[in-house]
Amino acid sequence: MRSLRRKQKNIIKITIITLILMVFAIGCLFPFYWMILNSFKQPLDIFKVPVDIFTFDLTFDSYMAVFTYGDGLIWRAYLNSIIIATTSTFGTLFTSSLAAFAFAKLKFKGKNAIYSLFIACLMIPGQVTILPLFVIFANIGWINTFLPLIIPGVMINTYGVFMLRSFIVSIPNELLEAAEVDGCGYFRKYFQIILPLLKPSLVTLGLFTFIGSWNNYFGQLIYLTDQELITLPLLIAGLKETHMTGIEWGRIMAASTLSIIPIAIVYLKCQKYFVQGIATTGIK
Amino acid sequence: MKMSRRQKKENIFSYIFIGPQLIGFLCFVAFPLFFSIYLCFSYWNFIDLPVYVGGENFAAVFRDPIFWKSMGNTLIYICIVVPLTLLTSLILALLTNRKLPFMKFYRAAFFLPMVTSTVAISMVWLFIYQPYGGVLNTILEGIGISNPPHWLQDEFWARFAVSIVMIWLKIGYYYIIFDAGLKNIPTELYEAAEIDGANAFTKIKNITLPMLSSVMFFVSVMLFIDVFNMFNEVYIMTAGGPNYSTYTLSMYIYFYAFTEFDMGRAAVASWVLFALVGVVTLIQFKVKKRLVYE
Repeated sequence: MRSLRRKQKNIIKITIITLILMVFAIGCLFPFYWMILNSFKQPLDIFKVPVDIFTFDLTFDSYMAVFTYGDGLIWRAYLNSIIIATTSTFGTLFTSSLAAFAFAKLKFKGKNAIYSLFIACLMIPGQVTILPLFVIFANIGWINTFLPLIIPGVMINTYGVFMLRSFIVSIPNELLEAAEVDGCGYFRKYFQIILPLLKPSLVTLGLFTFIGSWNNYFGQLIYLTDQELITLPLLIAGLKETHMTGIEWGRIMAASTLSIIPIAIVYLKCQKYFVQGIATTGIK
Repeated sequence: MKMSRRQKKENIFSYIFIGPQLIGFLCFVAFPLFFSIYLCFSYWNFIDLPVYVGGENFAAVFRDPIFWKSMGNTLIYICIVVPLTLLTSLILALLTNRKLPFMKFYRAAFFLPMVTSTVAISMVWLFIYQPYGGVLNTILEGIGISNPPHWLQDEFWARFAVSIVMIWLKIGYYYIIFDAGLKNIPTELYEAAEIDGANAFTKIKNITLPMLSSVMFFVSVMLFIDVFNMFNEVYIMTAGGPNYSTYTLSMYIYFYAFTEFDMGRAAVASWVLFALVGVVTLIQFKVKKRLVYE
């Protein structure tokens, strides 16, 4: 009897919690729904009063408008965004895992001093270094190239070194010693032992880097002014006009949908690693 | 003492391994940092050679009402975004910390905002916030609010509208951190409390919150830094307006450096930002020590 009442109480509790969570989940998803719906709406219906929250009168007009905008500029933007994000990601994974290996497992002169310096620069906000960097890159002719968006991120990623080091430290030394007995040099140890074991952390760091680079609007805004070098964020921002009607909004919603889809797919494929990566930053 | 041959070799290889990052550190962090100090004390518009101007840039920044407005806005954003994001993500983590149906759906929904392109999604919010024909005001009018605010075009409401987007973007990230923190609390504590007859609220008050205190602290520091760095969302949605009511320090830096071409002023503002981040990080460091050694 008592357990039955308890069961009933529990069902009520779960129902209330489900309701609350549903409200939040819908709140999180609504902007995406709204973006996709309006990208498929008849452009002239977008500002129809009252606004349709649901509609079945759909069209590809806005997508066609995006595809033909500036002679297919969207494909160029896609390509450029992907080039910048993938080279940054693979580059940074390589250099920061190399450095993390040395900091975690090798003994060398000045190790602690250099590592402390690295850690100290975790707290320097990007806004402080971006001004002098802009001046430097302007002087060596890197404006209107992808280099300022790729090279600094590849060459210095203190967060990456810090994160990967903490994983490499937990790899048992015996593995490396056994490899040494077999005559493995430092590079073979790195490629054959460290890298395979590091894969989950590399995926996590890779995801963060990819999304960070994809979203680096500030950097793209100051370094890229050529039409040829346009990226997706720049293209979307450029679609905004002073006078906006349903046609312009439809176009922006279509372009936004196109720019969100690749990250959403990458993310859904690797959700597990992503969540793990964030979860560990909080516990430390 | 002489180094062994093995040690010498290890030294060489270590420097090859850290080489790229070390060079990167010198070129893209250390040198720019010093250069930035130099910029603080000079006037430079890119065209002419930089001129030493002493403390003039500091005076110009600290006398600038727009600078103080952006500092004030930062404070307002902190007061709204930090507590609301912290509370919402904590409550969501507490609610989902049990067996529930649709769990995968909730998690996917909470995480999606943080992995999207911020420029694209800011555009979507700008669209949602449209005063006439925007979906938010349509719904508000539908439920009987006859004169809904103009959100991003209204000096008073714009900050709140921007803050909501910020919170929406950040909840998923901190939800994961709280969720991980909750899973770290040993279940024995709750079992013991249950034997003592504690109800859900006393359990949260006496076990969950104290056990989570260091995570909560970490989250609030991270949120402070998130607010200091706000740029994309504001730049796309309001460009800092109306009447500078949503202007942030990052926008101030961008504006002086890349539209006014006054590098010195921008550099000073960037060091103010650095100082703010530094103070917050330092406090974190001190308090963390206290929490750990309690």
